[in-house]
Amino acid sequence: MTEVSNKSAYVSMQGVGHRYDPRPGAPMAVQDIDLDIHRHEFVAVVGPSGCGKSTLLRMVSGLLIPSHGEVSVFNRRVTEPRDDVGIVFQKANLLPWLTVRKNVLFPLKHKYGHYTQEDEKRTDELLKMAGLTQFADKMPDELSGGMQQRVGIVRALLLNPDILLMDEPFSALDALTREQIGFDLLKIWEENPKTVLFITHSISEAVLLSDRILVMSKRPGTVLDLIEVDLPRPRTSKTINEPRFAELTDLIRGHIYEPNVPA
Amino acid sequence: MSQTYQPKSWVGLQAYRFAPVLFFIGLIALWELICQVGKVPNYILPSPSAIIKAFFDVEFSRWMGHLWATLRVALMGFALSILIALPLSIGMIRSELMNRTLYPVLIVIQSTPVVAVAPLIIVLLGTDDPSRVLITCLITFFPLVVSATTGMLETPPEMIELSQSLRAPRYRETWQIRIPYAIPHIFSGLRVSITLAIIGAVVAEFVAAEEGLGYFIQFSTSFFKIPQAFAGLIFLAVTSLLLFKSVQWIQAWWFPWSLPKKK
Repeated sequence: MTEVSNKSAYVSMQGVGHRYDPRPGAPMAVQDIDLDIHRHEFVAVVGPSGCGKSTLLRMVSGLLIPSHGEVSVFNRRVTEPRDDVGIVFQKANLLPWLTVRKNVLFPLKHKYGHYTQEDEKRTDELLKMAGLTQFADKMPDELSGGMQQRVGIVRALLLNPDILLMDEPFSALDALTREQIGFDLLKIWEENPKTVLFITHSISEAVLLSDRILVMSKRPGTVLDLIEVDLPRPRTSKTINEPRFAELTDLIRGHIYEPNVPA
Repeated sequence: MSQTYQPKSWVGLQAYRFAPVLFFIGLIALWELICQVGKVPNYILPSPSAIIKAFFDVEFSRWMGHLWATLRVALMGFALSILIALPLSIGMIRSELMNRTLYPVLIVIQSTPVVAVAPLIIVLLGTDDPSRVLITCLITFFPLVVSATTGMLETPPEMIELSQSLRAPRYRETWQIRIPYAIPHIFSGLRVSITLAIIGAVVAEFVAAEEGLGYFIQFSTSFFKIPQAFAGLIFLAVTSLLLFKSVQWIQAWWFPWSLPKKK
């Protein structure tokens, strides 16, 4: 273990593992994860369901403290949730009793008990950026799934976090909406860069969006490979047609399926 | 109410629309017919026409006096019940110790038939409103505690994680997430409780009272004024129904988002 890890590493995981059951000998949910994420890098995590992808995200968020190893952000060990982290949840996780605008403002209201007119202005700007202006005063259940998840993303951006953690954010959406919202996310990310950890079980989505992909094995989740996605940006719907795109998805698919061939 | 009925003709549509009312009128007509044809004496089963006549034989101001007496006790008991049940529920979900300590007591109270305890409460607190209010409160508060605690405990873990990721104070987690989430549950508890409140008030009047609809029914029966007793009973049922509806109206007015979605 080096004392000073990679200087440019922003989020750093060293020997990270976790078992939910604290008794020795109990199975590990994830183990031996070493990963350095650079500032404003987009890293996707793919792996079979139940491989501990969400556990990994929770450990980076500070909602869960790993039983093994440590997670640090900017050389500070993560021991509790941080202010510069925004989380986008699997389902939009909006509060059904608040309008779209109030849902976006909720983090401020919840954390500090109040918000200012400037915050409201910023909310309206964020909603505009996400194409949600005309839905600002609607209730969440009046929106389609895709729009709800846009609100979820906008809410995570409100506190202007440097790190965006996304836990299978598009898994509940249909394929077309999913692709569109993925490109929209890239646009937002290119305009205001953030360090993104993006959990998904869609291989093509991971390749299309990210700079690097962490491929995890099935439980206990470990690193199978860390793949550099050398596709040019900005990525568009044409990216999917490039031969390199197919090569990368095949590579990942191979990783995920081969070790799991029943013995 | 499983499927929307799609009538094939105008007649079908009208039949569908008025079926409940027609059935109800039909039942009453049948009742009248049986009484008339079978020459059933009024003191056994009064006919609807005899009940209506008995209703108008009693002065309006007397009806209002009895109604007010019952309504006063029912609403005070109901209000007291809300004032006790909601803070108690919050305490029980916030503190495992409080939950562990109080839950058995609540079960014991709920398992004791209130009808059997009512005379003892009258002995303890006298024959005035306080004892009647207490009886009503005892019968109404358990559904409220159960519905409120269930609702608050069923708050989705992602919503709680949202709160934790913001490191918000815990009272805001309760106030801004758990309580609003529990609103639909609380209202189903309120709907059960409001009808129980009328039952509580009537039970209390059966034991000790000089006015009220319950007292009126008992008094009429003991003088073999059966049509008058039936008129009181129907008046009571209508009152109870209106209270039940009022709870629904309050929910629709103040918390429209909490209503089940119409397809």
